[in-house]
Amino acid sequence: MSFLELKKVTKIYPNGTKAVQTTSLNIEKGEFMVFVGPSGCGKSTLLRMVAGLEDITTGDIELDKKIINKIDPSERDVAMVFQNYALYPHMNVYNNLAYGLKNRGLAKDVIEKKVNAAAKLLQISDYLERRPALLSGGQRQRVAMGRAIVRSPKIFLFDEPLSNLDAKLRIQMRLEIKKLQRKVGVTSIFVTHDQVEAMTLADRLAVINNGIIEQLGTPIEIYNNPTSVFVAGFIGSPQMNFIEGELKNNKFKTQAFEITGIKSDFDGKVILGVRPEHLVQANNGLIKFNVDLVEKLGSDNLVYGEIKDKKDLLCYRTPGNEKINSGSKLALNIQENKLYIFNKKTGKRII
Amino acid sequence: MTRLFTSSFSHLILFIGIFIMIVPVWLIFASSTHSSLSINTQGLQVYLGDRFVENYIRVLLYKGGFFKEITALKMFFNSFIMATGVAILSVVTSLMAAYALVYYRIKYATLLFWIIFITILVPLELRIFPTYSVMAKLNLVNSYFGLIVPISASAVATLFFRQFYKTVPDELLESAKLDGANTWRFFIDFLVPLSKTMIVAMLIFMFVFGYNQYLWPLLVTSQEQYWTVVMGLKMMSGSIVHRFAFVMMSMIPPILIIVILQRHFIKGVFQDK
Ligand SMILES: Nc1ncnc2c1ncn2[C@@H]1O[C@H](COP(=O)(O)OP(=O)(O)OP(=O)(O)O)[C@@H](O)[C@H]1O
Ligand SMILES: [Mg+2]
Repeated sequence: MSFLELKKVTKIYPNGTKAVQTTSLNIEKGEFMVFVGPSGCGKSTLLRMVAGLEDITTGDIELDKKIINKIDPSERDVAMVFQNYALYPHMNVYNNLAYGLKNRGLAKDVIEKKVNAAAKLLQISDYLERRPALLSGGQRQRVAMGRAIVRSPKIFLFDEPLSNLDAKLRIQMRLEIKKLQRKVGVTSIFVTHDQVEAMTLADRLAVINNGIIEQLGTPIEIYNNPTSVFVAGFIGSPQMNFIEGELKNNKFKTQAFEITGIKSDFDGKVILGVRPEHLVQANNGLIKFNVDLVEKLGSDNLVYGEIKDKKDLLCYRTPGNEKINSGSKLALNIQENKLYIFNKKTGKRII
Repeated sequence: MTRLFTSSFSHLILFIGIFIMIVPVWLIFASSTHSSLSINTQGLQVYLGDRFVENYIRVLLYKGGFFKEITALKMFFNSFIMATGVAILSVVTSLMAAYALVYYRIKYATLLFWIIFITILVPLELRIFPTYSVMAKLNLVNSYFGLIVPISASAVATLFFRQFYKTVPDELLESAKLDGANTWRFFIDFLVPLSKTMIVAMLIFMFVFGYNQYLWPLLVTSQEQYWTVVMGLKMMSGSIVHRFAFVMMSMIPPILIIVILQRHFIKGVFQDK
């Protein structure tokens, strides 16, 4: 019996946009679920339906054994952290945290205890008297989190809460959110279009495309076994390399090279996928590669270039201590069992 | 150098403007402290005379009007009731009207808004007789209610509040909802405090509007005890210095309201930053 259950939920906006296609999903108690996908794929819509901020067109949402389709957001006992935080500008931090508790008619001293505890947890005790306008981006972020935590809701909803922060702070807050969620143990759904954020935070990940959950699983499962071109390209950084070609008689063939012994009877146009980190140099390597550009990240080098005779771009990842100059020629092999082949027409994985 | 020039030049223009506006007021004030005799023989006075206290006290307590039933003091009281009533009632109704227009799922809300807006184009004078006949039928002639209510629906204030509400981000409402705020709480806990600055500005504006009414009070009051200051200026009998003194005093309430409320006004503006 799962804690939150989406049963064949769809959403069609009044203007006819089909934002969410038939979606079913179970989330366990205490689980950290991440929705990831490109802009406009319906992540926010799905989240907002759970919150009750959007009507559900068809289907049911069940939270804690109760169908909540018709329940007003104010009575659903969910908390949401918005991208722009949506702090209450005319209230100081204390009242921002206390407001939800006041509305539930808690006694003053109880409220004070809870607010102080949440403030301590988030290290914002020093700013309780300040208005949101006088806080930095990171502090506002914490207040927004505090406002969610202080009510101990049934479920936390996060809609890209980190996207307004600078890169360094984003990583820091990412860690803190994860730690916090572990500590408080509240079931959470986190929406992001950043795949690194998704991978690092999630217990389970739902990759969404065009209003459909393309794949659901733990981050590692999805990284190792993407079921479609879309998921393969979306998860992993830098992106997986895709090379178009043809599969026939267990042989993958493209202009520049061939791979034999592929265990599939498929016959037709396919896409070969290989991650940058799964390429290795070899003297008589399969793929001849002209280096265009080397991005030195310190720990790693990202080597970009073209495959011989063909204009396919390729990215190859090497340890940072390896010296590679642009203009040089390399020969690369694919590590064993690390190649993916997708049906070009359907985008589905073949092997 | 040019900066200095332009700034002193604009100051010069401002000073000239202020001068032009202040001089007539000063002349009336100075003249109101003399005796009628000296005004009648020597014209308006530039310097202060010695009858300030005497003239002003007489005006306040003198029973004027046709039937000698009302003092200036009572008129001030009436005007205050009327102006305050108009200010509060119009601000409250426009706040709520704007709230309904923006936040409720009303069909044709935009159309409704424009219909409200169009009433700005219809001046009070145009509808004054129908309005009067309604008031007469309701037996509200000669009452504070009759003075206040018919002029308290303000399309301008509704417009301002509506435009302001439209700039309030949706997330605020959503966030408040998830925090358990119902429709009424969102209005009271969010929109009202957030529009505090505008509310104060509108209160001032509508107070002065109500205070300055002339034609409507004239029409709707036949009993002297409902006379207001602005209509009293015309109806009050008395000598020229007393009229001058009355004119001077009639300027005080609007100024006072601005002085009292502007502190909140400025504070509000700075707090929003
Ligand atoms: N109120 C609305 N009315 C009509 N269409 C909408 C509305 N809100 C969103 N949409 C459409 O629904 C689709 C999904 O939107 P949604 O906001 O869920 O995307 P998202 O995945 O959250 O994207 P992003 O990462 O940019 O936030 C989009 O095509 C969008 O244009
Ligand atoms: Mg979104």
